[in-house]
Amino acid sequence: MHASVRPAVSVNLPPSGTNAAARESEAALSMRMTISKVNFFYGSKQTLFDISMGIATNKVTALIGPSGCGKSTLLRTLNRMHETVRGARLEGEILLDGKNILGQDVTSLRRRVGMVFQRPNPFPKSIFDNVAYGPRINGSKTPIAECVEKSLRRAALWDEVKDQLHKSAYELSGGQQQRLCIARALAVDPEVLLLDEPCSALDPISTAKIEELLVQLRDLCTIVTVTHNMQQAARVSDFTAFLLIGQLIEFSPTPQLFTMPSDPRTEAYITGRFG
Amino acid sequence: MGTTTTTVPSAGPFAGSRSFLFRLREGDEIARLLTFLFAASVVLITVLLVYELWQGSALPRHQFGFSFFRTSAWDPVFDQFGALPFIYGTLVTSAVALLIAVPLGIGAAIFLAELAPLRLSDTLEFFIDLLAAVPSVIYGLLGIFIVVPLMRQVIQPQLKHYLGFLPLFKGPAFGLGFLTAGVVLAIMIIPYIISVSREILLSVPRDQREAALALGATRWESTWKVVVPFARTGISGSIFLALARALGETMAVTMVIGNTPIISASLLSPGDSIASVIASQFKEATGELYTQSLIELGLVLFLLTFILNGLARIMIVVTSKRGTGMVHV
Repeated sequence: MHASVRPAVSVNLPPSGTNAAARESEAALSMRMTISKVNFFYGSKQTLFDISMGIATNKVTALIGPSGCGKSTLLRTLNRMHETVRGARLEGEILLDGKNILGQDVTSLRRRVGMVFQRPNPFPKSIFDNVAYGPRINGSKTPIAECVEKSLRRAALWDEVKDQLHKSAYELSGGQQQRLCIARALAVDPEVLLLDEPCSALDPISTAKIEELLVQLRDLCTIVTVTHNMQQAARVSDFTAFLLIGQLIEFSPTPQLFTMPSDPRTEAYITGRFG
Repeated sequence: MGTTTTTVPSAGPFAGSRSFLFRLREGDEIARLLTFLFAASVVLITVLLVYELWQGSALPRHQFGFSFFRTSAWDPVFDQFGALPFIYGTLVTSAVALLIAVPLGIGAAIFLAELAPLRLSDTLEFFIDLLAAVPSVIYGLLGIFIVVPLMRQVIQPQLKHYLGFLPLFKGPAFGLGFLTAGVVLAIMIIPYIISVSREILLSVPRDQREAALALGATRWESTWKVVVPFARTGISGSIFLALARALGETMAVTMVIGNTPIISASLLSPGDSIASVIASQFKEATGELYTQSLIELGLVLFLLTFILNGLARIMIVVTSKRGTGMVHV
């Protein structure tokens, strides 16, 4: 409530918010994905405005912002999942390893950019078959069983389920189901893993496990996570992007965004004055 | 935790005044009694139905016993009555109908739910509901004027020519018969299968489709390997609804089946079904035994429907227990 009044100049920072520090650290890193000048429309309603940012290789990038700010929409453009919605239209360019994803074959793109959803959504199959789904449809070179075990180990679920692989996935707890979904996504060896509020339907203990997992998975692939929980973004991510009504307000290394936000709107949000 | 005294809500200070009369005045009790009565009427009607059929068929039951199910003679002149040809006809026509209608119906439902633009899907759904509401005698006319000539002149000769070595397609092509009745039944039940299956497919959660797509599945892979298996129980439900209709269908079948109590391996042969024989012979049945035998056929149809429905339910329970399907009807 009594946050300090900031000088008026910083209010006029460009909305795309690429401040000097972020640009500097971006330059030092290799970028797995680059989003440039993305505008997004549902029918005639524009929900993303001129967004440009980079997704650093083997880092965790968090997208934060209040409900309806477009963070999930932005995430879903990264594997073109927005195309499943009628009337969705994307303008701009999204590069994956330097190539525009918009011209690529969408199924092979999604194999490289995996996704985990807000609510755990295992298939009504056994634990084993859930993880094996991706390798099976994509024709894996390694034996399926080996692939399933590796993925479950990576998702820190193996020890809990190794004796019940043929049980229905629905018999697992919510947190286990979500880790199963992460294992399922990892089974096709994606280069990028997108997570859309992966903990919002989970209890604190399950949330802690998933957060721990994200930090470990960073070495394996590039991670982009959407969260409405700022503490979570602060704990797990290397970079944080703050979005507000479809605009990228600020994009900085996480410690910097949370301790020295350059935009008053970011400060207002992270200190809990709205959202 | 345990120091607070818990009070059961219904045992509060006003519990005494919440008597039967009070609840009656409040309407709760009236609503309960009324709805109970409505629910009970279902059981009552079923019991009455079976009782009437049982009473009405006393004579043939005593005279023929279980041989009623085993004999195939149906001879009113010599008072010989056996249900076998009709049971056979009912099962064969329903099986033919399902064989044709299930792939067509489910295929159409998949198109409407997964692939068609929403507006087209809704428009077609309107016509499908319309088809489901057409009286069966209309389908019977369609059968007589279109399906029968088509069968006699085109389809049956072709079947005989190419598949005539099978016992299924032997004998003369009359047009009327098991196959034609099955085709007309299929036309009648397809709207049911499409309509119910489409609803079920549309109710499959979005996140199931997206989970598959996010793993690099094509649209078809996500539909066929995720959405359809998820909806499997509900789709089976639509098939059983259609089967129930096919088993009991009377008018359209009577008009095209040929009305001959024959058991023949050939689908081209004329035959008869339980519902059809009751409808076509009841008015002219002379003598108690004849009439009562037709009533016993009604009892047989009731049992047949009951058994097939029971089997269907058992199948649903067994498959969903395996953890591969979910009840979503």
